[in-house]
Amino acid sequence: MTTTALYDIPGPRTRRRHLAYGLASTAAIIGLVAWIVYRLVDTDQFEAVKWRPFQYEGIQELLLEGLGNTLKAFAIAAGLALALGAVLATGRLSDFRVVRWVSTLVVEFFRAMPVLVMIFFVFVALEVKPLPALVAGLTLYNGSVLAEVFRAGVNSVERGQREAAYSLGMRKTQVMTYILVPQGVRAMLPAVISQLVVTLKDTSLGFLITYEEFLHAGKLIASNLDYDLPFIPVVLVISPIYIGMCMLLSWFANWVAKRQRRSVKTEAVEVARPEPGTLLPGGPQP
Amino acid sequence: MDVLTENWSLYGDGLLGTVELTGYASLLALGLGILMAAFRVAPVGSLRVIGATWVNVLRNTPLTLLFFAVLLGMPRFGVQLPFTTFAVLALGCYTSAFICEAVRSGINTVPVGQGEAARSLGMTFEQTLGTVVLPQAFRSVIPPIGSTLIALAKNSAIAGSFSVTELLGVYRPLNELGYSIIWSFVWIAAGYLIVTLTISLIFNLLEKYWGVAR
Repeated sequence: MTTTALYDIPGPRTRRRHLAYGLASTAAIIGLVAWIVYRLVDTDQFEAVKWRPFQYEGIQELLLEGLGNTLKAFAIAAGLALALGAVLATGRLSDFRVVRWVSTLVVEFFRAMPVLVMIFFVFVALEVKPLPALVAGLTLYNGSVLAEVFRAGVNSVERGQREAAYSLGMRKTQVMTYILVPQGVRAMLPAVISQLVVTLKDTSLGFLITYEEFLHAGKLIASNLDYDLPFIPVVLVISPIYIGMCMLLSWFANWVAKRQRRSVKTEAVEVARPEPGTLLPGGPQP
Repeated sequence: MDVLTENWSLYGDGLLGTVELTGYASLLALGLGILMAAFRVAPVGSLRVIGATWVNVLRNTPLTLLFFAVLLGMPRFGVQLPFTTFAVLALGCYTSAFICEAVRSGINTVPVGQGEAARSLGMTFEQTLGTVVLPQAFRSVIPPIGSTLIALAKNSAIAGSFSVTELLGVYRPLNELGYSIIWSFVWIAAGYLIVTLTISLIFNLLEKYWGVAR
């Protein structure tokens, strides 16, 4: 049992009391689930007609195609965001004041804007097709957040490393590419992957600009009158897949983080998880 | 440029909608988040499981999916509420997962010795928690909670696409009225900046008064 500041290791009487609390809360949860199932049955959600669409091959293909489109948007946006993040981070670490200012301005602006506003702006004002609009919005936002993560990663490398490299006569570019970035990448990898989870989740915003992704496919099925508007069955089918994908990626980020913590090479450094966009100077990020 | 001066009320309603949505959802998120954080550090195993499940599921749910499920699914489930209430529910529950993690990490930053010292002075659990641990935890979580609430304000834009009165939704009528789309978006962006900057200002002040000096 892990020690916490909050309570002592319980004795026999306390353990019995805790068991009682545990049973009571479990009972409450079971009751809640039972009530939800009852409501679902009561509102005829398990009627055969509402589940019939999932038997049809055409509808399965529609869902698969939607899933494919989601993953496609995610892959493009992730790749571009990583690239943009690298560029912006380089800009923020530049020795030239103007470059530093411009990249800081870009990063701060795009982190302060809702992603959806950017996506809508590109979609409506610039009249771009849904996929590029979605990708553009996601790239700008996640690229800016990733830039901060990259910067934190590079800064997390101990000072001595950079000093030693400079004293060997390396130029700044060499110090960066040979010394700081390779060590920084290890430290920031978990934070980068968790930002990719955000990107994956945000691809669902494509639904709002009629990009034909997973949720869009679901909506098409759900709004079909022939099957008595199967909104709940669609949610029950789609959510586990969506949440499962994101959980898998989060789990991977945690796994990487745990592995990093064990490794001697990265023992001391840990990069803060990307904050969801902040203007707070006092935040945990440097 | 005229688009703002000629449509004050439209923009005003939108901004008010965003502020209202952000305010109510923040309250819900803070309440639920602190409750779930308490569950996650509780000595009772099943409460910890409930907290962990809540956080892990909600953190990995796309917010659009949550909106879809709540705003379009719940009425089919037999729950009839105004759209704004649904939006507050979806936003608040989603954000509570992030608040929970912030609060929990805050509680974890309090050194174990503090609790031990409190107990050795004969304090009860309530006293330890209320006078020793929580005040210290609270002070170190001000910045992460601030940025979570800023994220909430930004996420409220999604509600606009589900026909809740809200700032981003303002572009639609303006578009139909034939105003320059670029300018209408400039003012929408300015509106969001006002909201996020205000939250960040408030939290900077809180941080200044109560934050831990490092």
